[in-house]
Amino acid sequence: MSKRKGTTSVGRKILMALSGLFLIVFLLQHCAINFLSVIAPDMFNEVSHFMGTNPLIQYALQPVLAFGVFFHLIMGMYLERQNRNARPIKYAVNKPATNSNWMSRNMIITGIMVMLFMALHFADFWIPELKTKFIDGDMTGMNAAGEFRYMEEMAHEFSNGIRVAIYVVAFVFLSLHLLHGFQSAFQSVGFNHNKFTPTLKKLGTIYAIVIPALFIFIALFHFFNQHA
Amino acid sequence: MNLTLKIWRQKDSKDKGQMVTYNVTDISEHMSFLEMLDVLNEQLVNTGEEPVAFDHDCREGICGMCSLYINGEAHGPDRGVTTCQLHMRMFNDGDTIFIEPFRAKAFPVIKDLVVDRTAFDRIQQAGGYISVNTSGNTQDANAIPIRKANADLAMDAAECIGCGACVATCKNSSAMLFVGAKVSQYALLPQGRVEAKDRVLNMVNQMDKEGFGNCTNTGACEVECPKGISLTNIARMNREYLSASVKED
Repeated sequence: MSKRKGTTSVGRKILMALSGLFLIVFLLQHCAINFLSVIAPDMFNEVSHFMGTNPLIQYALQPVLAFGVFFHLIMGMYLERQNRNARPIKYAVNKPATNSNWMSRNMIITGIMVMLFMALHFADFWIPELKTKFIDGDMTGMNAAGEFRYMEEMAHEFSNGIRVAIYVVAFVFLSLHLLHGFQSAFQSVGFNHNKFTPTLKKLGTIYAIVIPALFIFIALFHFFNQHA
Repeated sequence: MNLTLKIWRQKDSKDKGQMVTYNVTDISEHMSFLEMLDVLNEQLVNTGEEPVAFDHDCREGICGMCSLYINGEAHGPDRGVTTCQLHMRMFNDGDTIFIEPFRAKAFPVIKDLVVDRTAFDRIQQAGGYISVNTSGNTQDANAIPIRKANADLAMDAAECIGCGACVATCKNSSAMLFVGAKVSQYALLPQGRVEAKDRVLNMVNQMDKEGFGNCTNTGACEVECPKGISLTNIARMNREYLSASVKED
């Protein structure tokens, strides 16, 4: 008889892929909202307030997202440990670069770098936001002057050059992670099609470069805006 | 050509093993890699030393018996060939060649360069077959229409000779290209559909029991496979697995 689904190697890789695809969709909307801070600051404030106070987003989608991030991290580390155990004695000479690219072989490194960045990101934005809303009980989204505070808070975080530099490096790692992760997720869920996969791979490459590049641009934009 | 060989020597499965250096001279570029090892072994026998144990059988690239990790690559630096079809012209006079066994927890070393690949046999036994009643009423295979494209894909998957190069080259020692090919060759044919669900679940379970790693889609297996088995077979196995997981008995 078969084991419970999800506990086999194929089941685990499918779950890993599904959580990755979920995070890819989340990243797209996060990037779109952040980009509003460059082109339409007022709209950025309004959308941020909506995202931060809408009950469906706060109490349904946000826990799912937090679980998705946590699951992707824990499962990735678990699989990496299993994979290392599968070859207890290493080769004296090995040339992996002749048959695979660096990104595909180092997902655990790029993934851990992204997760380390997320700890900083949570400390910068998420935890203060939770404190303001759920500990201080301030759901207004306003500052002392009676204006939306989101744009101001973001600009404040990106006024620090070291923090911006860390963000830039982290998004380079995210890009490397996505360069393999995007197309790999489709392969893992069983989608490999002669006609569509080449296009999907190109789309994945574009996504993996453009989205992190936009995040970098947003951080640099706010930094230079304050130091010009 | 004259060569320096650094070969993994291991007395038995319990021995720790080590790399040992040998020199061979007057090797013809037309020799196969295994013939070069035959020359070395003759040399070792003549000097009263234990010859190097390595797997081989057909020496025509179709049996999947030969293995070897040569200079950091499964079946050596050439593409689309097994070690028996790797020719010495791929190397240069004066080269140092590292020769190691296929490394994986599921492929324990028996002696020197010989590894135990019976894990593949057990995976195959778990579902890599079609149950056929052979009591005299067997249906003529040609009586069942099969789409040409599917027949071709099934034949492509069936090209897998089970040599284990996919496992050896995968950074995770994953056997998914092998299992994907075996699942695909039956899943694509009407005769194989009857047992498709049990087959994929049982073969994947057996693969996990053997201690192979997980596939992370690096694609190294496809590049090093001497028979050019495509990654699409792993995707098909994943689809078969997903479908089998949600189907009720």
